[in-house]
Amino acid sequence: MKTMGFSKKIVLGLMLAFGLTLGVHASEGGLAWDKAPNKTNDMGALQNGAKLFVNYCLNCHSAAFMRFNRLRDIGLTEQQIKDNLLFTTEKVGETMKAAIDPRQAKEWFGANPPDLTVIARSRAGSGGSGADYLYTYMRTFYPDAEKPTGWNNLVFPNVGMPHVLWELQGTRKPVYDIKEEHGHEVQVFKGWEQATPGSMTPLQYDQAVGDLVSYLQWMGEPAQNDRVRVGVWVLLFLSLFTVITWRLNAAFWKDVK
Amino acid sequence: MAEFHEVSPNASAGEKLTNWFENRLPTAFEAYRVHMSEYYAPKNFNFWYIFGSLAMLVLVIQIVTGIFLVMHYKPDAALAFASVEYIMRDVPWGWLVRYMHSTGASAFFVVVYLHMFRGLIYGSYRKPRELVWIFGCAIFLCLMAEAFMGYLLPWGQMSYWGAQVIVNLFAAIPFIGPDLALLIRGDFVVGDATLNRFFSFHVIAVPLVLLGLVVAHLMALHDVGSNNPDGVEIKGPKAPKDGKGHPLDGIPFHPYYTVHDIFGVSVFLMVFTAIIFFAPEMGGYFLEYNNFIPADPFKTPLHIAPVWYFTPFYSMLRAVTDEMMYALIACVLAGALFAVAKMKMASVFKGAILVVAAVVVAMMLAIDAKFWGVVAMGGGVVILFFLPWLDNSPVKSIRYRPSWHKYLYAIFVLNFLVLGYLGMLPPSTIGGRVSQAGTLFYFGFFLLMPWWSRIGTPKQVPDRVIFAAH
Repeated sequence: MKTMGFSKKIVLGLMLAFGLTLGVHASEGGLAWDKAPNKTNDMGALQNGAKLFVNYCLNCHSAAFMRFNRLRDIGLTEQQIKDNLLFTTEKVGETMKAAIDPRQAKEWFGANPPDLTVIARSRAGSGGSGADYLYTYMRTFYPDAEKPTGWNNLVFPNVGMPHVLWELQGTRKPVYDIKEEHGHEVQVFKGWEQATPGSMTPLQYDQAVGDLVSYLQWMGEPAQNDRVRVGVWVLLFLSLFTVITWRLNAAFWKDVK
Repeated sequence: MAEFHEVSPNASAGEKLTNWFENRLPTAFEAYRVHMSEYYAPKNFNFWYIFGSLAMLVLVIQIVTGIFLVMHYKPDAALAFASVEYIMRDVPWGWLVRYMHSTGASAFFVVVYLHMFRGLIYGSYRKPRELVWIFGCAIFLCLMAEAFMGYLLPWGQMSYWGAQVIVNLFAAIPFIGPDLALLIRGDFVVGDATLNRFFSFHVIAVPLVLLGLVVAHLMALHDVGSNNPDGVEIKGPKAPKDGKGHPLDGIPFHPYYTVHDIFGVSVFLMVFTAIIFFAPEMGGYFLEYNNFIPADPFKTPLHIAPVWYFTPFYSMLRAVTDEMMYALIACVLAGALFAVAKMKMASVFKGAILVVAAVVVAMMLAIDAKFWGVVAMGGGVVILFFLPWLDNSPVKSIRYRPSWHKYLYAIFVLNFLVLGYLGMLPPSTIGGRVSQAGTLFYFGFFLLMPWWSRIGTPKQVPDRVIFAAH
């Protein structure tokens, strides 16, 4: 029937347009983001990430919507949280507040360090997920004598934050290739050169940052893995329900002539 | 008082209870018959007829989840963002309620756009269903207001700057603009006062109007009867009826379309819950990434885009540039000359048309293009109200229109999607040109409909609906 063909064309057009819109996030300049490992189901990695977070990030950044006792979700007991992770507060029911005075922070870094509770959700974009961005960001610091903190970053040029994990990573210099493009000489990022060693090997450092970023991703939405688990059951139920309603409908319409 | 019915003392408890209520509230029983068990809907409804019921379902989801969100949400610029995160983290199942509401907003527009498309292709707005269509358009307008004001409430960067940009548009209206924008905001920039009034409108004022309009939409529909894919009247004087006067091509809404709709609902819920549980951000389209950064009046985001369901109209707004004004002026002049040359009317009216055209052109030259952009954006929605009087085709349904009409409607849909796509992107030269052409096509489609809808030979419309037994 002709009209059916028409409906199909519309559906096809819709699908085509949907495909087009998916391309919205396709192109943007700058350094390509590395793919972050997703360890939000790995309790050991999340606990290590939480430890790194509390030790290195929480001095200047808050996670003001995240309560310490929510860390029970990643396999820690309240006593463990109290003994190992509470530096800035006494109560496990408190949210994660930075140790730094915001006014001082603004003076030192030029801006208030942003809250990190949902940072992994907010940094997603054309280059990948927010975790990809953070994973790349934490691994592309390099010394830059022209900056007040002595540090610069490849994915966030002129960033106000110094490389807080430099003792772990050591210092690295970006290496550039000079290429001709449209009659100009341009610098193309080629790779890294280790200047001074850190306390970790590059592989260990990548794993540690992977743990930290997975923690940040988990903290952005602590319910995320429960959500998927519940979703599977909901869809299983709805599949069954759909079969029943399909047959119910057919039973009622069977005799309609 | 209506007649009092007695039931036999041997009747079951259920029958007695029903009788007790029917004697005391016959209106409810009458309404059930009129709108459900004895509302005869055409038998030949197809896939496209599910979206009205789904819109009702989504409305209920939004109201119920909204009630629970309001229990924990704080409409205060200092607390709003944190209260949403509180719902997402500390309120038991709060994340589910919030995702249902945020996904529901997008689902509402998906469903309503498909519902409107159905009306468009099958001529459901034609006589005698003009009021059904107009109430529907008003619902769409309310929904846009509801979505726009609701989007401010999470108080993220996109909430804030989206509201700032849209409210500033009102400032482009000559004379009253700046004061109007001030009245909407309640402040010189979007702030706490804006958040409070948007909250009030979002949770009580607009939903009340919306519910009233939904009732009016359904009452008007049930008074004139539903259209169908063939555009054949099943309750007309020529339509065949059974011994009791019920249309032979109709079928009681309950139970036939209730079971039908429950099936549709379960398929819809599979898609809806799949998004809620597996991709609630929908790749940044349903929940924009920037909106996870708290609103900061001192930091303008690089790229401010409205949520996807507004972007076709946002494209029309951006399409109206100073250059575009010349094209629009040419359209106004061509339209006026065409009307004077071709239409049969008294010369007084022709003179009036020329005078009005001259005044409009003078205004178009005098007032900033930004204002006309706002007019285009609003006009894109308002023009839908006039559809019943723009369509002059001798047949209602696309099925019996000349074949090329189908391609025209397909291009219209594609054009609307392209406008939507471009509205999400940062402005660009080529995108700007395409959206200008798209805007002209969108308005041309409607404004020239009185002419093109008459062209071509329609196919023979059958006397009765085409129905194949399942």
